Amino acid sequence: MTMPASPLVSAVVFRVGPIAVTQPVVTTWVIMVTLTAGAWAATRRVALNPGRRQVVLELLVTGIIDQIEDIVRKDGRPLLPLLGTLFIFLLAANLSGLLPGVAPPTGKLETPAALALTVFLAVHYFGIRARGLKGYLASFARPKLIMLPLNLLSQVTRTFSLMVRLFGNVMSGEFLIGLVLSLAGLLVPIPLMALELLVGIVQAYIFSVLATVFIGAAANQDEAGSDRAGRLAGGPSQV
Amino acid sequence: MDAKMISIIGAAIAVSIGSIGPALAEGRSVAAALDAIARQPEAGGTISRTLFVGLAMIETMAIYCLVIALLLLFANPLV
Repeated sequence: MTMPASPLVSAVVFRVGPIAVTQPVVTTWVIMVTLTAGAWAATRRVALNPGRRQVVLELLVTGIIDQIEDIVRKDGRPLLPLLGTLFIFLLAANLSGLLPGVAPPTGKLETPAALALTVFLAVHYFGIRARGLKGYLASFARPKLIMLPLNLLSQVTRTFSLMVRLFGNVMSGEFLIGLVLSLAGLLVPIPLMALELLVGIVQAYIFSVLATVFIGAAANQDEAGSDRAGRLAGGPSQV
Repeated sequence: MDAKMISIIGAAIAVSIGSIGPALAEGRSVAAALDAIARQPEAGGTISRTLFVGLAMIETMAIYCLVIALLLLFANPLV
């Protein structure tokens, strides 16, 4: 039996000068090109009287807007480009592992780290845009000044946990399938792959929901102090 | 017993003990969700959506332990 390769290093495909281009980067770029081309092709002829394809598209976009507005409780349109793209990209990236010969890029540490960093920066951007620099900085000292170090720490830890959650879930599924495949034959990993399908969709959803919650908490004037657990458990229509 | 053996044992302990808490927590949350759906079947959709998010958050604790175990096995700074 052979041990699966370490999940913490990625295979180098080719080099551009001193920069090593690894497997997840290639997969990510293929997904990006596919999604961009698909979005361009789908929105090329947008009519007032929608055809079949446009109805599906509108359903997707309004569905994502509704989900965002359920969480932030105000106009979700400014957040749609970032969060909608994040969700669709994560969905495509997590499910790309089902294609033969493709490893999901979210199963390596770099891609989740980059996505979590994007969310981290977006939180501050939307926070400052909604409340002004001074108001946003003052929100860290709420409800009392003594909470300042904890609030700053939570900014770092939740970004880190966002990264590790996505990485761990996707990587562990991939790792488990590799391990089972090396123990037992051809068809045994198929139920595990079905489970991976579910995990990939759920993790894409959770990453996007948590990003929405973080951004919403930074941008909302009145609910700045509320944490994600309080918001998730708050009411029946929130998640 | 060298550092490599100790880190393998450490990885096994991390996963085995670290999955007890999330297992108990997931059991409790699923039981509570089933209870809620049995009482109020019309709220089933919302409850199960919230349950999924909650389960994934609980599961993260076990995933952290798995990541620690993998770090010990594959990227150990001491070995």
